[in-house]
Parts: sequence; structure tokens; C-alpha cells
Amino acid sequence: MKFLPLLWAGLWRKRTRTVFTLLSIVVAFVLFGMLQGVNAVFNNAVNAAAVDRLDVVSRVTFTEPLPYGYLSQIESIPGVAGVAYQSWFGTYYQDPKNFVFSFPLDPERFFPLFPELLLPKDELASLVHTRTGAVIGRDLAKKYGWKVGDRVPLHSVIWTQASNGSSDWQFDIVGIFDGPTNDASSFFFNYSYFDEARAFSKGKVGWYIVKVKNPKEAMQVAAAIDKHFANSPDETKTQTEKEFSQSFIKQQADINFIVTAILGAVFFTLLFLTGNTMMQSVRERVPELAVLKTLGFTDSAVVALVLAEALVLCLIAALIGLGIAALIFPAMKDYIGEAHLPANVLVSGAALAVLLALCTGLPPAWRTARLNIVDALAAR
Amino acid sequence: MPAIVSLRNIVKRYTRGKQSVEVLHGLNLEIPQGEFLALMGPSGSGKTTLLNLIGGLDRPTSGEVDVAGERIDRLSGSALARWRARHVGFVFQFYNLMPMLSAERNIELPLLLTSLSSAERKRNVNAALEIVGLADRARHKPSELSGGQQQRVAIARALVADPTLLVCDEPTGDLDRATADEILGLLQTLNRQQQKTVIVVTHDQKAADFASRQLHVDKGALTDAASVS
Repeated sequence: MKFLPLLWAGLWRKRTRTVFTLLSIVVAFVLFGMLQGVNAVFNNAVNAAAVDRLDVVSRVTFTEPLPYGYLSQIESIPGVAGVAYQSWFGTYYQDPKNFVFSFPLDPERFFPLFPELLLPKDELASLVHTRTGAVIGRDLAKKYGWKVGDRVPLHSVIWTQASNGSSDWQFDIVGIFDGPTNDASSFFFNYSYFDEARAFSKGKVGWYIVKVKNPKEAMQVAAAIDKHFANSPDETKTQTEKEFSQSFIKQQADINFIVTAILGAVFFTLLFLTGNTMMQSVRERVPELAVLKTLGFTDSAVVALVLAEALVLCLIAALIGLGIAALIFPAMKDYIGEAHLPANVLVSGAALAVLLALCTGLPPAWRTARLNIVDALAAR
Repeated sequence: MPAIVSLRNIVKRYTRGKQSVEVLHGLNLEIPQGEFLALMGPSGSGKTTLLNLIGGLDRPTSGEVDVAGERIDRLSGSALARWRARHVGFVFQFYNLMPMLSAERNIELPLLLTSLSSAERKRNVNAALEIVGLADRARHKPSELSGGQQQRVAIARALVADPTLLVCDEPTGDLDRATADEILGLLQTLNRQQQKTVIVVTHDQKAADFASRQLHVDKGALTDAASVS
């Protein structure tokens, strides 16, 4: 603490330059917080995937449906504990901006496979017995103020009804479930209603979800399923839930690559900008640093001083930048379903700030350590 | 008085590119404790080099440098830095104060290397400010002080850690006569009242007249000596 005034004096020597450098680092960390935050949300969703569940999709593409008849065949494969199925419904509520993650499913098969989804038994029973019934995640209910008993229209961008050609589907909310963040915005309804009413692709399902008896045998079970349907008109590709989530997200965009590329470019530029500022700052203070060494500051003490300056600058800027990102991150909740900047982003941001400080502070610190007092005082 | 500084057969050679220049040629010097010594000589004579060797800022090419009971030519870089902090107070021609720090913060710098508490540091800084007559300028930055006041701050900084000797390189070179005399008077007082050993490098005969002994350095050797009572 006693060195703080000296440290501050070094940083505040050229205020304008320090402020502009600080601002550029702040902007970089706002960007880091937002982009890495989005990336982390998707990664967290992938990491939350269960290890004992497999997803069976068409080998051609996961948008290609599979025959309903595969259900009993998959159930008969050794190692399979349970099978459910879903389809992608692709809907919005009132306005295309209000996208709703909706899936038709068989409730009696689906919910036993997903114990993390907490739906009261009576509401599950209502769903089973109400043809147009639907259960929704807590976040979705909060978002639109929906409650049990409400009749909700959804517009599907894929599916039309055979009876009238309409893409508008009516549902009766019969339950609200709690669950992990990524599921709390979901909308589940009866497959029987969907399959009977839709105009095309009847008797098909989007994908199967398989629970295995022993997670350690998941890969063998996956291979057995794909082998079973090999050379059939609808060959399958069976993946762990994690792999399936990853490929599903990549289908939208390779977010990880985009985030890494943007942040890589930003921080590469920042490295030179901050490095140049630190170098210039030390160059201007060569006589002052030589005086410190004259007074008895050791080489390691002046190195520590220069590094501490870089560290303070980068950490303050990172703190401000990540703070701003944390403040504006909740505004993206509608798009990514997460209201808070994940803590691991804040931790990795702080680590990045330290790394940035070391990379930009070490060259001038090294120069300071090598400073010859006599030459520096004589301005040679 | 025992010698606080003892230089034996000092040779100092500088190498700049392919050229090697010998600045000091087998120089011998003894400075008794409590002496006020003026080192005089023309530019390039080697007097600042000699001062740098005594102050532990530089090392001889050969020879022995014994200051305050320590063979400082044998010390490692960090040991020499610690030795300087303990034994030597430096005063420069252009004051060399930290422009962003107040007078009291500048004076406090050598104390940051000690284990003194904040209150003890503050007490020592105030005492040093009293000695140089700048107690009312403690919070002023160097740019808010005159040249003479800045040099007083520099002297306070040199004094504050109670060093064994004060090493001053042209301390009045940037000051007018009256202010220069004030500064030299202050150094003389410190020498007489606190028995500080003071070594001053100067071009100025009037400045040298404040010293108790004058030595002339010419072409890397001590050429003559005079004692002033």
C-alpha cells in the first residue's frame, strides 16, 4: 500500500493518454463480457446435458424426420432403459420476434427421462388427458404472463393443419414446470394432437431420445442403434446429448469460433496499443526510474513497480468493462434465455486482464531492470 | 577521524562502441568521517565518475572501493542498491524530483524501502522538511516550488533516511548565487551540526569554499589538495 502514491503518480503522469488507454481496454472488456457471456451460456447448456441420454437423428440431417416405427425397435436394443421422441415445432407468439421453443412430445415417455424437469403429477396427468394441453417452463410463463387455464395461440413457421391449412395452433396451458435455465423457456405439448392435426409428415418424429441403463455403455448402445438401422431407408446417427446440443447450436452458427475470432482480433490490437503506451510511459520516465534506483530501489523493485502499473491499469479497465457488460447482459435474456453474465466469464475476464498486463508490462519492466543508472542520469 | 571512504588504485574505463576510454588512472583517496569535501575540476576530468564510484552508482574497472566499512565494488547489484539506501543520500544538479509527487511524498521515497510505519515515515519527513526550512511547502509539487526550494526538497530527501554520507553532484549548478549560497550553507550546517560526511562535486570555486577540503581532479587523477580551516 505504501507504494500506491508512487504507482498512481506513474499512471497519472499523462492523464489524457492513460484515460484513453483505459477506455480502449474498457471497450474491449465490454465486448469480451458480452460475446464470451453468450458463448458461455451456450457452452453451459451443452455441459448441462445428461451423460445417460442419447439422441437419435437421421444420418442425412437432423431436420430429416425418422419413422415412428423405430420406437419399439430402439426399445428392444440391449442397454436401452427408455425411449421418448420429439419434433421441432418452430413457433412464435403474435410477432416473429417472440420466438417460442416449442416441441410436441409424448408426456408419459418424455418426463420420466428428464427428472430435472419438475412438473407436478396432476399437471402431467392433465397434459396427458387434454388433447390440446401444453406445459411451459417457468421463465416462459413469466415472460408472457401465461398461467394454467390460459388458451394460447402459436404460429408455426413449419407446420400447417390438415383441416384448414392454418399455421395457427391453439393450446391450453395445463401446467408449469421448473428446470434448468435452458429448459425454462420451453413449451411442450402432446404429440398425438400434433401428429393428427398436421398436414404432412404424419407418422414421423423429429428425433428419438434414449436413456441408457449404464452411462459407461452409452457409446456401445449408440453404435448398436446405428448398426440396427444401417442400410435401411432411414439410417440413424446416434449421439450423446452433449454432442447433439453442440451440433444443434453449430447449425445456427459456430458461436465459439466467431467469438474467439472477434476477441482474438480485438485483444491482439489491444496488446500493441497498451504495450506501446506502457513502453512510451517508461521511456519518458527513464530519469525518474534511474533516480529510484539511485535511492536504493532494486532492479526487482522497479520491475514490480512497472508491472504493478500495467496490472492496475488493466484490472481497473477490465473491472469497469465487465461491470458494464454485466449491467447490459440481462437485456439479451429474450434471445439467449439467460439473465446474468455467467461467473466464469468474470473470472476468465480477470485472468485475461492479468495476462494482458503481463504481456504489455514485461517489455518495459525488462527495460527498466536493465537501466544503467549513470547512463540514465546523464541522459545517454 | 577514521576514513569513511577509502579508494585504492582505482581505474575506471568506459567502452563506447569499439572505443575504450580510461577516465580514472589508479586513483587513491581517503575521506575522513565528518568531512565536507569539494571535488573540483574541468568538465570530463572524471570528478562525477569518482563521485559515482563513492556513491555506489558505478563500479571501478579495477581497484578497491571501501565506503562505510563495506567493499562496495564486490557487492551484487541488489546488495549495492540496498547499501545505497542505507548509507548514501544523493543530491543532483537538476534536483531529480518526481514531478507528480508532492514535496513530502518525494522526501518519503527512501523511507519506502525501510520497515518504518506510516506514522514514523511521516514524522521523519516532517523533521527533514523542518531542517531544510520547507515545512509549509510539504504538499506542494515540484512545479509549484522555486529552484532553490526544489533543491532543498532534494536535500531533505537525501537526509531523511539518516545516511552515512551525502553525495552532491553540482548541487548549485542550476541556481543563482544567493540561492546557491543558501543551499551550500545548509550542507555546511548539516556537516557541522549533524557530522554528516558531505562530498560535493562542483565547478564553482565559491561553492568549493564552503568545504573543509578541496581536491582537484584533472585527466583522471587527483592533482592537488588544499585544506580550508
